Amino acid sequence: MPARRLLGEGLRTLVMWAPLVVSCAYVVIFSLWTTAVSLTRSTLLPDYTWAGWRNYTVVLNSRNWQVAYANLAIYGVLFVVLATAVGLLLAVLIDQRIRGENVFRTIFLYPIAVSFVVTGTVWGWLFNPSIGLQKLVQGWGWEGFRFGWTIDRDLAIYAIVVAAIWHASGFAMALFLAGLRSVDADLLKAAQIDGAGPWRTYTRVVLPTIGPIFVAVLVMLLQFAIKTYDLVVALTAGGPGISSTLPALVVYDFMFQRGELGRGSAAAVMLLASLTVVLLPYAGFRLWQNRRSAARA
Amino acid sequence: MPDRPLARALIYGTLLLFSVFYLLPLAVVMLNAVRSTADINHNSVIAWPEAVVWGNFGETWSRYCIAEHCTGIRPYLYNSLLMVIPATIISTLLGALNGYSLALWRFRGDGLVFFVMTLGVFLPQQMNLVPWAIVLRDLGLFNTISGLVLIHVVQGMSFTTLFCRNYYVSIPPDLLKAARIDGAGFFRIFWRIVLPLSPPILVVTAIWQFTGIWNEFLFGVTFSAGQNQPITAALIALAVHVSEAPQYGLQSAAVLLAAAPTLLVYLFGGRYFVRGLTSGAVK
Repeated sequence: MPARRLLGEGLRTLVMWAPLVVSCAYVVIFSLWTTAVSLTRSTLLPDYTWAGWRNYTVVLNSRNWQVAYANLAIYGVLFVVLATAVGLLLAVLIDQRIRGENVFRTIFLYPIAVSFVVTGTVWGWLFNPSIGLQKLVQGWGWEGFRFGWTIDRDLAIYAIVVAAIWHASGFAMALFLAGLRSVDADLLKAAQIDGAGPWRTYTRVVLPTIGPIFVAVLVMLLQFAIKTYDLVVALTAGGPGISSTLPALVVYDFMFQRGELGRGSAAAVMLLASLTVVLLPYAGFRLWQNRRSAARA
Repeated sequence: MPDRPLARALIYGTLLLFSVFYLLPLAVVMLNAVRSTADINHNSVIAWPEAVVWGNFGETWSRYCIAEHCTGIRPYLYNSLLMVIPATIISTLLGALNGYSLALWRFRGDGLVFFVMTLGVFLPQQMNLVPWAIVLRDLGLFNTISGLVLIHVVQGMSFTTLFCRNYYVSIPPDLLKAARIDGAGFFRIFWRIVLPLSPPILVVTAIWQFTGIWNEFLFGVTFSAGQNQPITAALIALAVHVSEAPQYGLQSAAVLLAAAPTLLVYLFGGRYFVRGLTSGAVK
């Protein structure tokens, strides 16, 4: 009996701990592993000969990386600002006791269920001058109409911005709407009693209370922008040339197209570093917020 | 708030305008799936079908050639299905178990575990590509569906654990205390008390996992090749192939079939989608 019991006990401990240990160990070990590879001379296969910071300087000085970060700056800012603005606008409009609210919400949010591959493919057609919007408008008789962002080196990145906004603004809307709906009814009543008009109530009472959601939406969209990969592969493949490439594409390019695992890993670590720059202040903000609300309670 | 007719008209006008922007890609795919190539090339992708062509679906389903394999998209859809079903079920159940340990059985270092899991949710996939390549090679799972299932289970666990944990922390501790006094242990409490309370969170988690895994591209394209690829990777291969001799009708049918599963889940489980979205951020 005791042996069997011991076995049962052991099995129980294993089942309880194994998944926890695996999912934690995977995060820590894989991150350290990639960081280690980034400091070696690995090319096609891992080769653990020390290389110091050389991979980092090579990646930082490569043209691809510089173009990718310049693009990320344009894309990141435009995408985050516009997707937030569109999301907030739609949430505020939907919050005006309108008819067909569910229909509108379903329409604005469905892109989140669509893959980036599909999103990129279909927007690729719309931006394609020989079959897309240009062709449509020319068919209406305006022969000189030009709309071919994806084949233009200077405009391809903006096509990615449009497709990304299409995909993510509904997500921002859903978060804002949930925030608007959770505003305390007593607060609204108090504002009304104080004689505040609808506009004043909105700008002074409702919008300030959704401040934390505002920050959450900005951070989620920004980290999403930094990670953007498949959307670009499907829409422009980083082209024409490398004009619309992003850091995540450069990582893949180094690792699997050029067979430079060390350099690709260095690029991946820098991608993680960019993400940390965004997420750490947010984590601090959340901690401060929790402390403050705990102190008030 | 504003009850003047002009304001109302402005509100509905803006909402309708945005609806056109959001629905345009869906309409394009649905209409082009039943249009001929000549029709599309002549009238652009944004047009009503000159004649309805149902043949695109049959052609793309079982005959069209993707990278020299003339089997249509059927095998790739099948691969995705074989990958998404086990990966969703396993990662959701393990997430529930993890979330339960984290939320209701305080142990030393649980704060650290929570922190590492959060890191895992935000970690870019690119950080894991090289380690996964090596692990899959050593396990002999390179270019297999099982390998992709393994990746999605391990990768997905951080997310499912946090989701379930955030739900389980609201279970009143007294409920557990009573059960423990009655002599119930870790698994009995999980099985008898926690799981019966879980369907809402399990549905939300499973829907998100299903959508995420079905739509995932990077791991699929990196760790599988040829006939073993999931549908997202096959769509990109198809697009590259098609660009030599554009056949947008066929491609639209393929895109529609590839997007259908997650779209249907969204249409029928939309409220769970929103619940999952907002539970994390509004708290």
